Amino acid sequence: MTTLTSEPSSEQRKAPPSRLVWVLVAAIGAVCWSVLALSRGEEVSALWILFAALSSYAIAYRFYARFIAYRVLQVDNTRATPAERLHNGVDYDVTDRRVLFGHHFAAIAGAGPLVGPVLAAQFGYLPGTVWIIAGVIFAGAVQDMVVMFFSVRRNGKTLGQMIREEIGVAGGIAALIAVFMIMIIILAVLALVVVNALAESPWGVFSIGLTIPIALFMGFYLRYLRPGRVSEVTAIGVVLLLLAVIGGGYIDSTGLAETLTLSKEQLVFALVIYGFIASILPVWMLLTPRDYLSTFMKIGVIVLLAIGLLLAPPMLENEAVTQFAGNGNGPVFAGKLFPFVFITIACGALSGFHALIASGTTPKMLAKESQVRMIGYGGMLMESFVAISALIAASVIDQGLYYAINSPAGATGGTPETAAAFVSTLGFSISPADIAGAAASIEESSLVSRTGGAPTLAFGISLIFSRAFGQGLSAFWYHFAIMFEALFILTAVDAGTRVGRFMLQDTIGNVWPKYADISWKPASWSASAVVVGLWGYMLYVGVTDPLGGINQLFPLFGISNQLLAAIALTLCVTLMFKHGKAKWAWVPGIGLAWDLTTTMTASWQKIFSGNPKIGYFQQRTLYEDALADGRLLAPAKNVEQMQQIITNSTVNGTLQALFALLTLAVVVSAIPIWIRAYQAGGLPTTETPHEPSTLVAPAEFFATKEEKQAVREYEEAQREPAASAGR
Amino acid sequence: MRRDTARRTGAGLRWYVRQLTGEAKWDDYLERCRREGTEPMSRRAFERHAADHRESTTQSRCC
Repeated sequence: MTTLTSEPSSEQRKAPPSRLVWVLVAAIGAVCWSVLALSRGEEVSALWILFAALSSYAIAYRFYARFIAYRVLQVDNTRATPAERLHNGVDYDVTDRRVLFGHHFAAIAGAGPLVGPVLAAQFGYLPGTVWIIAGVIFAGAVQDMVVMFFSVRRNGKTLGQMIREEIGVAGGIAALIAVFMIMIIILAVLALVVVNALAESPWGVFSIGLTIPIALFMGFYLRYLRPGRVSEVTAIGVVLLLLAVIGGGYIDSTGLAETLTLSKEQLVFALVIYGFIASILPVWMLLTPRDYLSTFMKIGVIVLLAIGLLLAPPMLENEAVTQFAGNGNGPVFAGKLFPFVFITIACGALSGFHALIASGTTPKMLAKESQVRMIGYGGMLMESFVAISALIAASVIDQGLYYAINSPAGATGGTPETAAAFVSTLGFSISPADIAGAAASIEESSLVSRTGGAPTLAFGISLIFSRAFGQGLSAFWYHFAIMFEALFILTAVDAGTRVGRFMLQDTIGNVWPKYADISWKPASWSASAVVVGLWGYMLYVGVTDPLGGINQLFPLFGISNQLLAAIALTLCVTLMFKHGKAKWAWVPGIGLAWDLTTTMTASWQKIFSGNPKIGYFQQRTLYEDALADGRLLAPAKNVEQMQQIITNSTVNGTLQALFALLTLAVVVSAIPIWIRAYQAGGLPTTETPHEPSTLVAPAEFFATKEEKQAVREYEEAQREPAASAGR
Repeated sequence: MRRDTARRTGAGLRWYVRQLTGEAKWDDYLERCRREGTEPMSRRAFERHAADHRESTTQSRCC
């Protein structure tokens, strides 16, 4: 059993054959990276990206994650985890590591890693690939793992609680406000992605719309017909979902098509009403069953995508590095490669939001401290793999088509002819017939300016799946992919609105205790209405923005998520110093330094840039001056749109400045603590004292022979007293 | 031999799905009642209890 309590010795895990394997993995990685780095202007297979990623992940997990676990954090398996000590079978519950990996991954993965890389493909495939892989290894996965570890040592406290207790009340309040506002922006942008994917698409609206009755059916089934039979009802749900996607293909012949062709404004209205109702209904009715569906779809589609990429090995149509990386004039969003590739990719490389899940929920279920490596670091590697797949999907599309889909309507003019003309000004060529043909192949009326990333990704996925699994189903695969994205965006919107509502009730509850009662209807309804109203407003701003909502709001979303990561990494660095591990502060420190560099540069540019395409306030000034002179500036078509642009850029710019200031407030309030802790060689923290663990559980996905033996002995020992007690 | 592997894979998959969906909690509960010699509540009541708990907690879903 002693083998489980310390770092596995090198003899056990570094037997000669395994050393050979690692040399081989490193060699594969080196070859893949060289091909990616050196290929210019020739056909490159997507598999080079895939294997560069997989071999880098393997090496990082084997060496860097292990180093962080055993040297830096010094995970201690003799220490009982909160799940073991405080076990209550509800939130504190020892969970099998492989099951917890599934839970954790389902909670962190969503639409972000799918959308960000698609947009960042405008810089070429190489910058995105490099950042997704390097970012996850040195920043994203480190953040998730380290936050999780510190939360485990504090009974599963949340990020906000840890900041308040370890950095200070001011930092805690700044973090609380930042988390709340960032969540609103994230919900609005995610909802915007759905609106852009479903607008003018009766097939999409039909199949997404049906997910609501399907989820309700599942909810009632579980509540009244057969309580607890989750896998059974989820299987039924998935079949119904597939039928809904297939059924959507016949929508044109039913006469429903007209009714279900909704404009963006109508969809905003529908989403806001839906979001409000979903957040006040009992969770068993809609949220829980929808969550089952989206979890299984998520895992299923990701597995399918990985198989598809291997079977279809597509060629990359994208350039390695495009002209937009250097000149910053990309039509999808403005700004140069530095800093914008980093904030656009967001979740797939580093996501502040994960810190909210890595603290609080998952730590209360860990059996052993050493499992933070597999679940925290490993879970994030998997998310990064999703991002790499999305980047590949966006890069296998004809690039003329990519820009026709992703440039805002103000630029493309909205028709195949004008879009083809616009794309040719960018230096790509595609005929209007090809643009129309692409839309027809997936049975959509148009693909021009279907911004937001989801349609591009769905188109790319349908290309890959058609190559891998046979032609003729492009339209089905496209709508399947749209449905899958929309499904988990809507789940995130439901869940996020509820989280926001709880935060708001909790905060107001500090001054008016009754308001914190979550079962008190006036409080829960009004708090829900406030949260839905806030993201609904931002969504409306995005949808009606003449400059293109994604173009305007996505940077705000990306920066705010990365700023939240800065807050989480600041906590990690602070705790390194306080625990007297100043010499290891660089481990979360490199992620923090890089993240602050990119986000502060991006924030600075979004606020102060003299280029009206980038700087929100410069944009405001430009349109204000024009309005004062009585001129109209494209793409605004009337005075009302001019005013809209002025209002929107003011709102966006103010929020941008506020997020940056809140983050700086947390960082600045932490620095004196770093200095004091460094001088004193450590400071007292809220870490719970060591209590011996009696539990035995393996650390990694595959248990070693010694671990299996120890688990067997442990289980036998567990059975004996129980058996004698029963006698 | 091959059939044995298939059966083991199937059983493993079933175990994983039941764990992931939380269905296995019911089995654990029955097991605990049996060990402690207490009368278990009905499945319906048990699931109702779990749903009530979910009502008062949140589960973040990330972007």
